[in-house]
Amino acid sequence: MARTLINVPASAKRGEVIEIKTLIQHPMETGFRPGANGRILARDIITKFACTYNGEEVFAAELFPATAANPFLAFTTVASESGTFRFTWTGDNGFKQTETATISVT
Amino acid sequence: MRRLACLLLLLPAAALADERRSGSTYMSAETQAMQKDDTANPGMLWVQDGAALWSRKPAADKKACADCHGDAAASMKGVAARYPAFDAEQGRPVDLATRINLCREKHQQAAPFAAESESLLGLSAWLGLQSRGLPISPDPDPRSEPFREAGRRLYEQRMGQLNFACAQCHDDNAGKRLAGSVIPQAHPTGYPIYRLEWQGMGSLQRRLRNCMTGVRAEPFAYGAPEMVELELFLMSRAAGMTVETPGVRP
Ligand code: HEC
Ligand code: HEC
Repeated sequence: MARTLINVPASAKRGEVIEIKTLIQHPMETGFRPGANGRILARDIITKFACTYNGEEVFAAELFPATAANPFLAFTTVASESGTFRFTWTGDNGFKQTETATISVT
Repeated sequence: MRRLACLLLLLPAAALADERRSGSTYMSAETQAMQKDDTANPGMLWVQDGAALWSRKPAADKKACADCHGDAAASMKGVAARYPAFDAEQGRPVDLATRINLCREKHQQAAPFAAESESLLGLSAWLGLQSRGLPISPDPDPRSEPFREAGRRLYEQRMGQLNFACAQCHDDNAGKRLAGSVIPQAHPTGYPIYRLEWQGMGSLQRRLRNCMTGVRAEPFAYGAPEMVELELFLMSRAAGMTVETPGVRP
């Protein structure tokens, strides 16, 4: 399991715009770099990130080989109701990781 | 008032007009913000690794670091701010990475971690975090003094095909630019650091090796006595400055 850092405010007012920040440990190997033996290292990147809020997708991103290692993504959404954010990263070699965070909206 | 007077007496004269600056103060606002926010600082990923290793037994019948040292927040507070420190058994000062590996070998009967391995960087970052916010307090053991002096000589000595001394860049030209980068004052405040250029974590010694290859010198090996001497000198030069580990650098 890759390590992640996720920042979702614990609480917010209904209608408030909140910022969400995520960071995941991943080499994002481009597929263009030679390794120590001179051979090209196989591509190993995260290709997609998605965030759902109580089941509804509120943000998604496609990632490409030019993205640096340990990709950091920050985005905003509107706090509408208490519930759960679900973050999913998918990528090469069957990479798939899901993390969750909860928010209480008053 | 009395307390203040005592405090002032304790400060060395130079500290009153301290012109020392941590490398982080030269960074862009964005990079500074990244370092300050524990949910945006990639170094915290290694800290998590270190925290997990701290309480994991290397084998079922062996002790975890935590089994001997307990809560790192208490037992390891201020430790990283004091290293390299004199080790009587080795008869010389050892850096923090070597100290960790000595415990691996002596107290856990496990193989030492390789230099710059994710595990060693993780544990170093985890220990460093326990000193974050504390002043750098170099090893007071008088037996470290000759090694520190050797470090000072290395710092002032020209090296490499380009024939530069550390001091020529970091004392004489600090704050100016070398190509695109600002030359910092070379204070080891944030190590190990997450360097954006490396897209990963690295120790102070990796940073020093970068500077040595930069002047086309053959860099000292990881853990070499010269490296420890340089670290000792840099730590005393930065005495009193605040530990920022895990730092972020461009
Ligand atoms: C030719 C100039 C030059 C020389 C000589 C040089 N350095 Fe550096 N050093 C730099 C630059 C430039 C940086 C910052 C690089 C960057 O930000 O990308 C740096 C960074 C550092 C840092 C990191 C500081 C921080 O804030 O993290 C340390 C420590 C350091 N050098 C120590 C040394 C030591 C010790 C030597 C001698 C063995 C040395 N340097 C030789 C130019 C030099
Ligand atoms: C079996 C008990 C034991 C285990 C397990 C152990 N240590 Fe230690 N550690 C010690 C002792 C005893 C010392 C004092 C120096 C010595 O005798 O080696 C010490 C010293 C240290 C110091 C220096 C403290 C100072 O104030 O200078 C550090 C840092 C440290 N250990 C880190 C670790 C880490 C990290 C691990 C796990 C990888 C670990 N130790 C595992 C017993 C242990």
